[in-house]
Amino acid sequence: MTVVVEGRAITRDYLVPGSLTRKAKTVHAVKGISFAVERGKTLAIVGESGSGKSTLARIIALIDPASGGELRIEGQPVDIASQRLTREMRSKVQMVFQNPYGSLNPRQKIGDVLMEPLLLNTDTPAAERRRRAEEMLVKVGLPVEVFNRYPHMFSGGQRQRIAIARALMLKPTLLVLDEPVSALDLSVQAQVLNLLADLQAEFNLAYVFISHDLSVVRYIADDVLVMNKGEAVEQGTREAVFAAPSHPYTRELFAATPITDVEAIRARVARRQALRAATI
Amino acid sequence: MSILNIRNLTVRFATSTGSFTAVDGIDVRVDKGEVLAIVGESGSGKSVSMLAAMGLLPDTATVTADEMTFDGQNLLAMSPRDRRRIIGREITMIFQEPIASLNPSFTAGYQIEEVLRYNAGMSKRDARARALELFKQVGIPEPEEKLKSYPHQMSGGQCQRVMIAMAIATGPRLLIADEPTTALDVTIQKQILDLLMKLQEQTGMALILITHDMGVVAETADRVQVQYKGKKMEEADVLSLFEAPKHPYTRALLSALPENATGDRLPTVSSFMVEPEVKV
Ligand SMILES: Nc1ncnc2c1ncn2[C@@H]1O[C@H](COP(=O)(O)OP(=O)(O)OP(=O)(O)O)[C@@H](O)[C@H]1O
Ligand SMILES: Nc1ncnc2c1ncn2[C@@H]1O[C@H](COP(=O)(O)OP(=O)(O)OP(=O)(O)O)[C@@H](O)[C@H]1O
Ligand SMILES: [Mg+2]
Ligand SMILES: [Mg+2]
Repeated sequence: MTVVVEGRAITRDYLVPGSLTRKAKTVHAVKGISFAVERGKTLAIVGESGSGKSTLARIIALIDPASGGELRIEGQPVDIASQRLTREMRSKVQMVFQNPYGSLNPRQKIGDVLMEPLLLNTDTPAAERRRRAEEMLVKVGLPVEVFNRYPHMFSGGQRQRIAIARALMLKPTLLVLDEPVSALDLSVQAQVLNLLADLQAEFNLAYVFISHDLSVVRYIADDVLVMNKGEAVEQGTREAVFAAPSHPYTRELFAATPITDVEAIRARVARRQALRAATI
Repeated sequence: MSILNIRNLTVRFATSTGSFTAVDGIDVRVDKGEVLAIVGESGSGKSVSMLAAMGLLPDTATVTADEMTFDGQNLLAMSPRDRRRIIGREITMIFQEPIASLNPSFTAGYQIEEVLRYNAGMSKRDARARALELFKQVGIPEPEEKLKSYPHQMSGGQCQRVMIAMAIATGPRLLIADEPTTALDVTIQKQILDLLMKLQEQTGMALILITHDMGVVAETADRVQVQYKGKKMEEADVLSLFEAPKHPYTRALLSALPENATGDRLPTVSSFMVEPEVKV
């Protein structure tokens, strides 16, 4: 088993500059998290909003530096604050951002969005770049006709699939996905999750997968890390975490998951009708 | 009594490859005090139809409808000035991509205070106090601190709650919420849905909730409308929909829940629908 990415006691502080009306302060967004992801495996990170998931994701994806701790990619210590990334390292690790719209250049056509990583990081000839971009579009469930459209011409879920397609263009070893399916309806979500599973099997990809949807996590994860206020409050295999969640926050997560039980709907509808009758 | 009534809405976009019909003869009706959920696959025209009602589509869009009224007033024939008196005050919208909808150059507090001053006519001082109250209501941690923060200094879920606070700030009579809880974990999602439902019950506002989460539908909606490829497939009260979904697409939506995975494949809608693919 080869470990693709490993973090040891990773921390991240944000300095919030002061102004006339307030003092400068430090936010401790990630407070010493350790983890390892093996080739072909998926680590899911769940946790409350603001608990530091995206912050940790950007560190793992080599976009932001950590404030402390050590990050290793395939055994090599990597610190983007002190070393320049090689083209090879850059293509190995890719990220899908939580906010797909903000991560797409509004003036760049979708075809160019997909071909750009190949242009910048590889010596793939133009015709081949185009062929691979078209192939990827189809894989994420979009027709090739959209090649010349701009990002604003897509729906939320379509843009999210474009962001996923872009991250896959370089056939990375490690893919960090920040809420990649949260804007997708169940059918497209299933299509994307199936695609991710296929690619993982085909290329032995490692995933770090951030999600707040426990049913998705249960489907995709090998290991689960639960974050709360910058700390890992629970960490283990999917089976262990789902069978016996030990931290109160994890249990709260399970309890708050909405239910589609017909009896519960019936009770709620009756309550609303009574309320409406009372106010008329 | 309907508050919003749209009949036979069609939206076409001019694109480089010709005209594209995003919404194809859809009716949307919501009554005073009612919660209407709109569900449907990605790209089926959910956001575009609501943006059409708000008059917020780009110039490349052609909007036609047999009727489009808000509380009996014809939105189509209205002068832009009259329309502005309604949009943003009486009808507000929580946009699908919250981070992209906030202005990165201003603090969250400044942006919500502007809404309160210009759309609710409040004084600077009242607006400041009300903004803090709203931030507390939507459960933003350290609300005083976050009022002074810029969007990039907040997490995805925190930005989403800022957008929600802005949308409820003016006490609208119709709130259109486009995937309002996608960036939130289930515990905060529950808190936001409870808040919206409480507001709805207290003020009698109507709520249109666009979501792909059938759990959210089960826990909030009175009536549900199902869209597929720009058309309305099914409309039913919430109980009938879950008890006996009529249309194959609705059944597919309900069975595409990840907990229904067979082996390691997730069912997708195409495994239920036998229909020729329509061009996107
Ligand atoms: N640039 C920044 N400056 C100051 N504070 C920041 C900055 N970026 C994030 N934070 C704070 O750090 C904390 C963690 O943010 P992060 O975006 O990692 O959360 P998250 O777990 O991804 O949440 P969500 O589920 O809402 O996306 C939050 O409280 C946020 O306000
Ligand atoms: N400005 C535009 N120009 C051309 N096509 C557009 C434009 N805006 C939207 N579309 C197309 O209109 C269709 C409907 O988009 P819409 O955003 O309403 O989908 P949606 O149902 O909200 O999907 P999602 O669940 O993914 O958000 C999509 O196929 C999209 O590509
Ligand atoms: Mg985040
Ligand atoms: Mg949409």
